[in-house]
Amino acid sequence: MAEIFQVEIITPDRVFYSGSANMLEFNTESGEIGVYARHIPVTTVLRPGIVTIHEEGGEKKAAVHGGFAEILGDRVTLLAEQAEWPDEIDKERAEQAKERAEKRLKGKEENLDVLRAELSLKRALTRIELLK
Amino acid sequence: MASMKDIKRRRSSIQSTQQITKAMKLVSTVKFQKAKGRAEQVHPYFEHMYRSIVSILGRSDNISHPYLTAGESSRKAVVVMTANRGLAGGYNSNIVKLLTSQGFTKEDVDVYAVGSKGKEALAHRGYTIKADESEIMEAPNYNDAKALCDKVLESFSAGEVGEIYLVYTHFKNTVVHEPELVKLLPVEFSDEELEGKEESKLLMNYEPNPEEALNEIIPKYVTSLFYGALVEAVASENAARMQAMDNATNNAEEMIEDLSLKYNRARQGSITQELTEIIAGAEAIS
Repeated sequence: MAEIFQVEIITPDRVFYSGSANMLEFNTESGEIGVYARHIPVTTVLRPGIVTIHEEGGEKKAAVHGGFAEILGDRVTLLAEQAEWPDEIDKERAEQAKERAEKRLKGKEENLDVLRAELSLKRALTRIELLK
Repeated sequence: MASMKDIKRRRSSIQSTQQITKAMKLVSTVKFQKAKGRAEQVHPYFEHMYRSIVSILGRSDNISHPYLTAGESSRKAVVVMTANRGLAGGYNSNIVKLLTSQGFTKEDVDVYAVGSKGKEALAHRGYTIKADESEIMEAPNYNDAKALCDKVLESFSAGEVGEIYLVYTHFKNTVVHEPELVKLLPVEFSDEELEGKEESKLLMNYEPNPEEALNEIIPKYVTSLFYGALVEAVASENAARMQAMDNATNNAEEMIEDLSLKYNRARQGSITQELTEIIAGAEAIS
């Protein structure tokens, strides 16, 4: 059995998750990574994606949008801007947001904030994927 | 001695003032309860953000990054968080006093006002008001803090200002809230804070690289400080108003008691006088 370590996911409005896990998977700027205990200290920037927490008794999934992660040997802290459990996601709203963002990206309106549209598309896709 | 009529008029005017202060106290009590709950929820994020930044920078050697070194400009951006409404005791003036007592040269300060009371007071004293974001104070949320942060960081990156400060009221508990001045950028921690912490002095790695990671992290740090400060400021404001209104209600109560006593005395005095006159008149006839 793998060693366990502390995991904390904190958003501006609440302590989203606090517990211990064997392994933690999440999406970063440079791709999806998995973290075990005794990882070397790394600070990395989060991208919208699914966080999978492998606990002793099973695994938990959540959508996390933006923020950064501080990985230390015995402790991983995700400071996220937003985080949601699957049952908190409104599927219809996510679908609508996805369509809206896609339309905006296709439409190529003038002074379109491409980065923002892409991010909101990414968020919507993460939410939809999590619900599957 | 004032006439009965005068005393009565005075007393009823104080009574209606007392009704107003009482109502305001109740309103701010409810608002305070809400704001306090919110401040308590936000606190962990605030705290962790601070701790993480300290630990990240404590494990990094000699990273040079624009956010960690002072800009060349001697101008300072100061974000001032006050209330939009008065009648909160010394709440607003304490903030203004704290800023004016720092010894900053007036001409070198760009004020980003959040809260119209602070804006008015500082504009009156001759400070430059760069931006007015007072409407944020009504219902602060994370996106507001982010927008404010973007605005301030933009002028930092553009070299318009060399340092960024934040003045807000720190909410300790219901009775204690102190105005505080925090230096946001360039990020600086005392050596004790950086040293005292670490068990293992493993160097921190950055993904993808220090430059980019700090580019993302520092704005988030500043945003979270803004957000935390906004929420605490709202809680402090309502707590301060609650206290001020409570005092006002008590003072009104005291004055009403005093005036009632005076009124009764005056009334008794006039009755006694009338009686003496009647008796004196009756004696004169007989």
